[in-house]
Amino acid sequence: MSFVTARQIAVSYGDALILERVSLEVQKGAFVTIVGASGCGKSTFLRILLGQEQPSSGHVEIDGHPMAPEPDPERGVVFQKYSVFPHLTVLQNLMLPFELEGSAFLGRVFGARKREARDKAQAMMETIGLAHAAKRFPAQLSGGMQQRLAIGQALLKRPKIMLLDEPFGALDPGTRKDMQALLLELWRETGMTVFMVTHDIQEAFELGTRLLVFDKVRHDPQYPNAYGATVTYDLPLDHGERKKTAAIEAALIQSQTDKA
Amino acid sequence: MRLINRKPTRPARVALGALPFFLAILAYAIGSAIRRAENPADKLLPSFEAIAAAFSNMAFVADRRTGDYLLWVDTFASLERLAIGMAIAAFLALVLGLLIGVLPIGRALFSPFVSAFSLIPPITVLPILFIVLGLGEAAKIGLVVVGTAPLMIRALGQAILDIPREQIVKAETLGASTWQMTMRVILPQLWPHLIRAVRLGLVPAWIFLISAEAIASTEGLGYRIFLVRRYLAMDVIIPYVLWITLLAYAIDRALALLSKRLFGWAHLAGESL
Repeated sequence: MSFVTARQIAVSYGDALILERVSLEVQKGAFVTIVGASGCGKSTFLRILLGQEQPSSGHVEIDGHPMAPEPDPERGVVFQKYSVFPHLTVLQNLMLPFELEGSAFLGRVFGARKREARDKAQAMMETIGLAHAAKRFPAQLSGGMQQRLAIGQALLKRPKIMLLDEPFGALDPGTRKDMQALLLELWRETGMTVFMVTHDIQEAFELGTRLLVFDKVRHDPQYPNAYGATVTYDLPLDHGERKKTAAIEAALIQSQTDKA
Repeated sequence: MRLINRKPTRPARVALGALPFFLAILAYAIGSAIRRAENPADKLLPSFEAIAAAFSNMAFVADRRTGDYLLWVDTFASLERLAIGMAIAAFLALVLGLLIGVLPIGRALFSPFVSAFSLIPPITVLPILFIVLGLGEAAKIGLVVVGTAPLMIRALGQAILDIPREQIVKAETLGASTWQMTMRVILPQLWPHLIRAVRLGLVPAWIFLISAEAIASTEGLGYRIFLVRRYLAMDVIIPYVLWITLLAYAIDRALALLSKRLFGWAHLAGESL
């Protein structure tokens, strides 16, 4: 049985149709990478999975139940930026989820429960390699460290689904490689289901177990908003057999450079 | 090198900053000297000695009628009104700013009213305040509140709306309720904006305070300068104006410093005035 099911999702903003006929079944533990041209609705699709936005028609089910219409701890998220809290240090950012859990009114815990929250935050800091920067504020971290913090923070509530919207888009190539490795490691450890939007087609092929390409299949040159994008390619990726999909990868990269 | 890239060294910066002050004082000294050459008893541009004498008279000599040291009585009365008025305005700004900024329902309910209210010229409300609240302290404090609260409410509401949506969504995925989000994500980020709003609000606050004191009061900095105006007592008015300016400057700097001390994270990037 599929874990995440999208049925006939369509999204329109006023006259403009963004997405149409998006249907999808994703198995538990899959790493789904999503690529497509700018403005093709891939981030919109991610926001729908997150509950930040509602589809104009169609619906999403998670584990057989209709999805909550607002974000909740079942689904973690990492954005390209602004995902961490600028007024909290690294340690405080990582303690926050436990403090919220432990205190409905103040959102702060004290004494033994605070020590417990700190221990858990400390463990996450080790995992994401930020233990040396515990007392720094996000503005004092490099881009890569900020994203590591964002990923670590998103993992604390043990979400079943992790949504990533171009999480490494603003990072330099070296840092990006390290971050990809960290993400894969965490994915294998937690067994969560990952949806990741990226501009980088190579990244999509390297990380994913399944690749979705969003594009418009129909075009009306007189009225470009008439048709929305949908899933045009849905490729299972087998990392041992990357050669099999190499031709498609090359073609996609080619079409991306053509458009740019 | 282009002018836009030429930065003054530190001594040069201090000298450049001091230059306009020096020129203003020099211009006054020359004007004063010319007028006093014609008429040694000139009242319009008194000499620095006369100003200093009048000021020390206000500050350090007890008033013959009341036995009060007028400068300090005036200063205390004005600052008390200003502090109470700004405290009320800041409280209103925080509560209404949060309702407008956090809750779409609160925004729909209060935002049009606050926007409309902020367009009322506050000074036109003064007669109403005098009639309703009487000529006592309440009306003067009320004018400070009416003159500053609307713009402070709007500034804080906007500051909340400017918090990236990503942070709010992130907080939701970490299990935060609306109340918890307000307490742990929004309010802590709002404090530096509240200080900034108070700093900006103090500019109109002084105007309305002095205006209200000029019209109905028995002590206060504004009362004093409008009282002695009748005797053309420029030797009192000029130091009082400088004293008010100094107070306003000191309060503004103190608040800026407070913000940097308490909310260092908010001052990590970029320059701030």
